Amino acid sequence: MWVSVLGVRVSGDHFNLTRYGGLIMEKWPNNRAWLLVLPVFVIVAFSAIIPLMTVINYSVQDIFGPGQSVFVGTEWFGQMLGNERLHDALWRQFLFSGLVLLIEMPLGILIALAMPKKGWGVPASLVTIALPLLIPWNTIGTIWIIFTRPDIGLFGYGMNKLLGIPFDHTATSLDAWITVMLMEVWHWTPLVALLAYAGLRAIPEAYYQAARIDGASAWSTFLYIQLPKMRGVLTIAFLLRFMDSFLIYAEPFVLTGGGPGNATTFLSIYLVKIALLQFDLGPGGAFSLIYFVIVLLFSFIFYQALQRVGKGGTV
Amino acid sequence: MDFTLKWMVWTVPTAIFCGSIIIIVLAMAVWQTVSPSLERKGFLPIPTTPGDRFFMGVLTSAYIFFAWVGLTQFPLWILLLIVVCWVLVVMIWG
Repeated sequence: MWVSVLGVRVSGDHFNLTRYGGLIMEKWPNNRAWLLVLPVFVIVAFSAIIPLMTVINYSVQDIFGPGQSVFVGTEWFGQMLGNERLHDALWRQFLFSGLVLLIEMPLGILIALAMPKKGWGVPASLVTIALPLLIPWNTIGTIWIIFTRPDIGLFGYGMNKLLGIPFDHTATSLDAWITVMLMEVWHWTPLVALLAYAGLRAIPEAYYQAARIDGASAWSTFLYIQLPKMRGVLTIAFLLRFMDSFLIYAEPFVLTGGGPGNATTFLSIYLVKIALLQFDLGPGGAFSLIYFVIVLLFSFIFYQALQRVGKGGTV
Repeated sequence: MDFTLKWMVWTVPTAIFCGSIIIIVLAMAVWQTVSPSLERKGFLPIPTTPGDRFFMGVLTSAYIFFAWVGLTQFPLWILLLIVVCWVLVVMIWG
């Protein structure tokens, strides 16, 4: 084993050169500790790896029932990759996740900035803001169905009867999208706000004092002190919101069922339609693997970004 | 209890596929224990360990597979050659 110090090869047995801190030498980690992870590995094998291998098996066969299956090779992959409805669902999914991030990140930061810094207002606002996060996802769908109904719902009745703007999420695609986005923003912006608030509270008072002495405006205080100091928590918020919105199922399924037409059919809703409602296990398996690989790629990219933020030393 | 794994509907190609990945991962674990390797920087944009490079090689191979099956009609054995070469390139120079 060798390590390179300033380009010179140096042999040594138990040293590891970290590239980030210059010439910091540290002991080689003892890999025997991984044996302690074995129980978790066994659980993961049963809960994730064996089902994943089963999905791989499904994806290359036409399955009629127990013990009746025909090997079809990559036919389902070809069919799914060329499937227009899957393409539509995928773009819809990216549009949805993009909008979610565009709205929820700035809104969450704004809410965090507006929250009180001390006194009784802190616990009061924290509890109020956290409330939507405590409601079960299916219930959230049901709440918004009732809320937006044109005949009895507060929002739907207000739009239709009081403002005279026709609004029905079961009839027009745009209304369905607006309702789903409103629901998503109402449900998950609190998470971004809470994380951003935690990041804000962690900034030492000295930074603000220095900013005041320099006569910095509120905007430049935000831009040069608060935002950089919040980078770590905001990256975590970004990751969580992207992954959650990319895998969203329960709320839009309860609210719109993917309709009207296919207007709000996101990837997981379409997947369940193929695999469970039509019982096409083969195409469903191929679809699952495509979905899985997309999620895996984004998780990996974001994980690397997160690692980099950690090493950058902010927060 | 049924221990025959019939419910997993195994086929020969998928068994070879999953088996080779499991064998490679196990072999790399043993190799890493016998002679620990360091994180290093190759042509990939980030410093990587052999495990990272294997993961990235296999993940990108999945995309090559999708492009191959989705866009072309060429036989799969050519794809297999390309993918094996690609993973080797990533593992050695990545």
